[in-house]
Amino acid sequence: MKLNAVMIAATSVLALAACSKKPPEELPPVQETQAPVAATPTPTPPAGPVAGSQEHFARAMAGRDVIFFDTDKYDIDSEDAAALRAQAEYLLQFTNARATVEGHADERGTREYNLALGERRANAAKNYLVSLGVAENRLRTVSYGEERPAATGSNEQAWARNRRAVTVMIR
Amino acid sequence: MTIRFALSATLAAFGLTLAAPVAAQQLTLPQEELETVETSDNGGTEVTVTAESWQDLGIAIASFATNADVSTPANAQGTAALGHELARIVYADLRNNGLFRPVGPDALPRPTYPQITAPSWGTWRGRSAEMLVHGYVRANDDGRLTVGCYLYDVVLEDELVREGWVVAPAEWRRAAHKCADLVYSRLSGEDPFFDSRIAYIAETGPKDNRTKRLAIMDSDGANHRFITNGQSTALTPRYSPDYSKIAYLSYSDGNPRIYVYDVDSGRQTLVTQSSNPTFAPRWSPDGRYLLYSMAVAGNTDIYRVPATGGTPIRLTFSPSIEVGGSYSPDGTRIVFESDQSGAQQCYIMNADGSNQRRISFFGGRCATPEWSPRGDQIAFTHIVGDFHIAVMNTNGRNMRTLTNGWQDEAPTWAPNGRIIQFFRSARNSGDSTIWQVDLTGENERRLNTPVGASDPAWGPVLP
Repeated sequence: MKLNAVMIAATSVLALAACSKKPPEELPPVQETQAPVAATPTPTPPAGPVAGSQEHFARAMAGRDVIFFDTDKYDIDSEDAAALRAQAEYLLQFTNARATVEGHADERGTREYNLALGERRANAAKNYLVSLGVAENRLRTVSYGEERPAATGSNEQAWARNRRAVTVMIR
Repeated sequence: MTIRFALSATLAAFGLTLAAPVAAQQLTLPQEELETVETSDNGGTEVTVTAESWQDLGIAIASFATNADVSTPANAQGTAALGHELARIVYADLRNNGLFRPVGPDALPRPTYPQITAPSWGTWRGRSAEMLVHGYVRANDDGRLTVGCYLYDVVLEDELVREGWVVAPAEWRRAAHKCADLVYSRLSGEDPFFDSRIAYIAETGPKDNRTKRLAIMDSDGANHRFITNGQSTALTPRYSPDYSKIAYLSYSDGNPRIYVYDVDSGRQTLVTQSSNPTFAPRWSPDGRYLLYSMAVAGNTDIYRVPATGGTPIRLTFSPSIEVGGSYSPDGTRIVFESDQSGAQQCYIMNADGSNQRRISFFGGRCATPEWSPRGDQIAFTHIVGDFHIAVMNTNGRNMRTLTNGWQDEAPTWAPNGRIIQFFRSARNSGDSTIWQVDLTGENERRLNTPVGASDPAWGPVLP
């Protein structure tokens, strides 16, 4: 959790830059990388984190492991879509990896509604990944509602950072 | 405006239902009943008190006397000291809830044992007490305690009501709450509420790594007990109507799921066997059913399942969020929240899910509706930027705001429907505390808890 918080803080700006820098128009390329990489599982530098680990994923995503939502919303906008495409590419490259998509809400909602809202957000992100070819059984969702804020302030900036779906590698 | 009391009939019925044997020495058994040993029957005396005046009544609450100062597990200093503590609890109950103008035993002379049934009227008249509470405590041979409670009208020099209870030493505080309830009910005409319990979530630690534990306590905060150890987050408890179980949400297997915790055995079971997340548990008034909300592929709807397990029935079918739910006291209807209009609003349906209709049409959002035990009001979280506690009629009319905090949410009713408890979160720190406010909007006050506190759920009056 701590790591995520830091990553979000450091990279929410980067995420914007990333999506303008690399317009991810074409969805199919992920199909090509899938088989070869699975066949040769160790093309990564030997010193770095293990492929498919949370550390490896977070490093590769550089902030795109988190997507953000407007108040009470759960739709995937173009910025979210770009981040999810990066996640999908990763998951299609490292086919042993399994992930949990966490849905979160800000504190300006009632507790139980926020649990339901977190469910919506986690599932919206998951469904998008599935639509990009990630097998559904590799993805798990969980809603934390407002219980695990990434930013602890009570202001618009903090709330915006907490309305999120975070993809986390399992193990 | 006047309130009339027909005393003897209600008390006779009360006494009958309470006359059940007690297992001695058992700690906080929720279903344990106090044995009533005496009730007053003074020929149906009716006293008329004006509505403005009863809250201003000066009431002297003197130390309870004892026939013999002997040792008891309930108090290290013996039954005389215990008698003083009993009176202090009655006093604290009334004072902390802004009821009457009570004067407690610390500031009053101690009556002798014979004076409990024959008050020294001159003493109390001289203290300008209009009403007088006397009581006694007696240690029985079997180790249990007999506690008697008497309410006198000092001006009329007359007994208004009396009642007595046999309690296990560990339950001694309940006798004081029963006495406070007796005094309150007799003078206000309202139903009792002090002898009841609250389940809630105890919170410690920083906002981004908060420990949330299931905890229970008496209505005055005493007999506090943690139920879960805090290793996994617990949320939104609800006592079953007979206090034997607590339904609550836990992340103990990593996912949000409702468990039904058995208070006696400490065992818990899943509300329903499903791999989907379940949350927002609610009991039916008769304790036979549980409502829960379940998200399937991200879509949350409300379901009902027998409390003993069985096949769940889905009550809502909308692609929007339907969550929570609170039964009317007669069990025929359910008020719940839905965002099908685009934002959280309150809806009512029949208990079988039929005839769903929106009832909240005022400005702002309507969340966490809770039906009053009296049936005529619904309390809810009114979201208008900030969160306030408000009430409305069951048709959504006559909305009244009761609190004005930055974030006040999740109302729960006192068993008599006269007080609403809720939790208040502080800006930035997120520190939460439990508060109460009268249905009139007056007398807002904080409930003392050992640590931070949220999600209060007030149970019914104990049998």
